[in-house]
Amino acid sequence: MHVSAIDAWTLLHGMTFGALFLLAFTGVFAGLYSLRPELVTAEGVKERLQRLKLGTWVMAAVAWLTVITGTYIPYIPYRAKTPASPRSFLLSNPQTALWHKFGMEWKEHVAWIAPILATVVAYLVYYYGKRLVGEEKIRRIAMVMFTISFVCAAVAGLFGALITKAAPLK
Amino acid sequence: MSTVTKERIAPESAPLPSGPAAAAILAAGIGSAFYGLLVCLAEFPAVAKAFTLSKGVGPLSGKTTFGMLGFLAAWAVLASMWKGKEVNIDKVWKVSLVLIALGIVFTFPPFFLLWAPE
Repeated sequence: MHVSAIDAWTLLHGMTFGALFLLAFTGVFAGLYSLRPELVTAEGVKERLQRLKLGTWVMAAVAWLTVITGTYIPYIPYRAKTPASPRSFLLSNPQTALWHKFGMEWKEHVAWIAPILATVVAYLVYYYGKRLVGEEKIRRIAMVMFTISFVCAAVAGLFGALITKAAPLK
Repeated sequence: MSTVTKERIAPESAPLPSGPAAAAILAAGIGSAFYGLLVCLAEFPAVAKAFTLSKGVGPLSGKTTFGMLGFLAAWAVLASMWKGKEVNIDKVWKVSLVLIALGIVFTFPPFFLLWAPE
């Protein structure tokens, strides 16, 4: 079983950073949702907030790592102007061309919106801290932003997996 | 001589101005829409060439670099303008949501490919 350097980076980009972001979403979203005065005690707020601050900043960092590694490492050999590159392979056949023209083009662009939103969510949690319990409006904004961030990342992850299956990097 | 003592307000109960939060929220919208606009503009060959900061990555390197710098710049400017101030979060959020939606539309291939010259 041989894993090349580019395979390792692609795994790191998609199956480590990307997957971590998508998996951690539910926990952090639940943390934001449950930070309500009727659901938590003062001690509970303190405990949950520590996890929420850590969770949101880690997710923001992971979102940035995902898009940066994806753009600057596996994307380069993907789009190389050689007949064997995945891009050239997909475009050479009308039946597979849409994987690039739609799938890859969407994935490589929409993904970058995820870290913008995730970073702002992390900042809102940091800025309001314990006061987030009483700021229902801000919590709602954070949850909506976080969900949009997740959807952008999920689209990118889905197409990344499908494109890799259709035209793996060699 | 009488001593005047000020009542100490516990930090957690002192009101937080909404300005810094509003700045971050609006910057997310501006950043998303600006980045999306760059994606559309890069369909023009001259712009694509100017955006090619890395030969291997191509125009995506410039779209993302300038897009993210735009997001950070918007945040810095708004944060400086609204520091310590009260800002209408509802209005800011509505505007930001529309801008985020625009950013997502602009990065959708059937839309941005419309900008490609014939």
